[in-house]
Amino acid sequence: MTPLLSVRNITKRYGPHLGCGDISFDLYPGEVMGIVGESGSGKSTLLNCLATHIPADSGQVIFDTRADGPRDVLRMPEAARRMLSRTDWAFVHQHARDGLRMGVSAGGNIGERLMAVGGRNYGTIRAAAGDWLGRVEISESRIDDRPSTFSGGMQQRLQIARNLVTGPRLIFMDEPTGGLDVSVQARLLDLLRGLVRDMGLSAIVVTHDLAVVRLLAHRLMVMKDGHVVESGLTDQVLDDPQHGYTQLLVSSVLQV
Amino acid sequence: MSDDYNFAYLDEQTKRMIRRAILKALAVPGYQVPFASREMPMPYGWGTGGVQVTAATLTPDDRLKVIDQGADDTTNAVSIRKFFERTAGVEVVTSTSEASIIQTRHRIPEEPLSDDQILVYQVPIPEPLRFLEPRESETRKMHALEEYGLMHVKLYEDIARHGHIATAYAYPVKVEGRYVMDPSPIPKFDNPKMEMAAIQLFGAGREQRIYALPPWTRVVSLDFEDHPFDPSKAEHPCALCGAADSYLDEVITDDQGGRMFVCSDTDYCESRRAAGHRGELAEDAA
Amino acid sequence: MIRISDVSKTFTLHNQGGAEIAVMAGAALQVAPGECVALTGSSGAGKSTLMRMIYGNYLAAGGAIHVGDTDVTRAEPRKILAMRREVLGYVSQFLRVVPRVPTLDVVAEPLLMLGAGPDEARDRAASLLRRLRIPENLWPLSPTTFSGGEQQRVNIARGFCHEYPALLLDEPTASLDAANRETVLSLIEEAKARGAAIVGIFHDEAARNRVCDREIDVSGFTPAKAA
Repeated sequence: MTPLLSVRNITKRYGPHLGCGDISFDLYPGEVMGIVGESGSGKSTLLNCLATHIPADSGQVIFDTRADGPRDVLRMPEAARRMLSRTDWAFVHQHARDGLRMGVSAGGNIGERLMAVGGRNYGTIRAAAGDWLGRVEISESRIDDRPSTFSGGMQQRLQIARNLVTGPRLIFMDEPTGGLDVSVQARLLDLLRGLVRDMGLSAIVVTHDLAVVRLLAHRLMVMKDGHVVESGLTDQVLDDPQHGYTQLLVSSVLQV
Repeated sequence: MSDDYNFAYLDEQTKRMIRRAILKALAVPGYQVPFASREMPMPYGWGTGGVQVTAATLTPDDRLKVIDQGADDTTNAVSIRKFFERTAGVEVVTSTSEASIIQTRHRIPEEPLSDDQILVYQVPIPEPLRFLEPRESETRKMHALEEYGLMHVKLYEDIARHGHIATAYAYPVKVEGRYVMDPSPIPKFDNPKMEMAAIQLFGAGREQRIYALPPWTRVVSLDFEDHPFDPSKAEHPCALCGAADSYLDEVITDDQGGRMFVCSDTDYCESRRAAGHRGELAEDAA
Repeated sequence: MIRISDVSKTFTLHNQGGAEIAVMAGAALQVAPGECVALTGSSGAGKSTLMRMIYGNYLAAGGAIHVGDTDVTRAEPRKILAMRREVLGYVSQFLRVVPRVPTLDVVAEPLLMLGAGPDEARDRAASLLRRLRIPENLWPLSPTTFSGGEQQRVNIARGFCHEYPALLLDEPTASLDAANRETVLSLIEEAKARGAAIVGIFHDEAARNRVCDREIDVSGFTPAKAA
């Protein structure tokens, strides 16, 4: 089986400071990988390097493209890379404002990716937008409202709908449930789990919330000071952590 | 003609620079070519871009027509015409068919243009993606990579809000299947006329961009399958010349709510009346 | 079906002076298809630890654990996940689910993960819930608010939804009334009859004697105290 994503020796430095160093892993179709670590551990830097939002200093990010098989995304022409990030990839930002067009209606936000890949039927686009609003528990009556009139939680759900509408194969998520109500978090986790199962979706989720990765991620990478200190099955890493830092992280979680 | 100015106001080097930009624009239809726009003796918004393109295009033998909203007699048209009379000494005309260069703001003449004519548009904001994407670096990238989904987001928003595509002027077009272009604020009624025999040049002075359409370039107005482009206009004939096929201005005639619809193209209206056509409000035969 | 040889386990507590606690050494066990083996030994002897190592939840420090073709101690995470989906079921004492997911879907999920049709999976889940006497009006609700006994039965239904070739059962009859205990024991007997290899922990001696073919006392795997 070909990995969907093969990451090889990704390194990013900020001057003398190491963002993330020499990170390698494979992600297979249908796998959800969590990346945990404290602020400044390099997990967001790694995510942004993989999603090509910031250039890595060295390494490869090999994605199994639909048309041409495995290709190093970092060496693709920009047009192909941007097309990838509108179709087969999705990126859910921590702050919904970074991932939404605040001056465009909810329906337009969701429809944008469909129109970007050639959708030219208003009725179809609008129906898809309405369907996705429902799937993220936003009333369809809000379809023509701008996201600036939405609560923070609704904005985040809208962002997820906007990203998933093209049925991507790989989703990058940066603290996706950060700003959400607990009940909405649960619904989203359930939604994401369902999508992973039904569509063979893969995901890389950066979070500091161990409860989120336990429910969502199959595998876990624990980062500290730009390096991966431990990785493995999520429940194994959380229940039988081997590295001192992971043990500290796990034991620091308040039990409810 | 005043001897105090070089022909058509601009110095020869500047005109060459602008001509190079025009040639590049003609070679890549719809692509916005940056140029070093000069300060002109008129404010931005009064047609500085169009004037520079006209200045670079004029020869002493040209016959120049200038229209604003279709009319030869509005302030903007009159002052630009005077400007070139004084600085270039060219013949100025109001007849569309007699003109070799027509500088226009917001209209395409009703009378079809021929292949020995040039139409110069004054453009306020050349970037059709600007209202949705404020970053110039990003819009340039979008043009380069042909990422035009955002343009349809704008039309989607129109339909969502108004039930139909409410954009009535500056209606975006795709040129020769490649670049999306702002046709300047002409009414969408004029969009189909852009596939014409004459050369069309677009100048934006403040934004320092020139773009162009060579003769018979394919120009397609963007739309949705289920909301097709509709170049409609007011459902009236011209009250003066009776034309049913021309773009109309609504004119308020009194403070009792009285109004009339008349051709916005004054030359077209006058030549029709000269040929004996009469609308319902026309005074009797001249 | 399940082969364990020379397995050892150590916990290293990095944040408590790097203390190393050896909890198991030389563990060995074989379970054939259709066989049920009980793990016995006093509390803290390592019954659950061994079970968790078989499931891949705890990392073995040494030795090999084969479940079918998979060596749990060496396999990549996705191989272990595939094994958990297809081969090895685990009924733990705790139900861990996404909040707000209906009970019926919680039970059907193992089949859905294997690509079964939603109707088929829900039918199977419904028949198990019915056998385990979970009232039908609770099925659309999330089990997170259920009583301990109800949660335990949901957990068992989930564990038996797919007919795993191998099963780990951690106190499956604890906190159940007589009727439900009887149901669970028959489920275990049916699983054995279709050839499942089972490892279980049963404090309920009568239950143990009824379904288990052998007992292994894990106290025998307790390492000699470090000098």
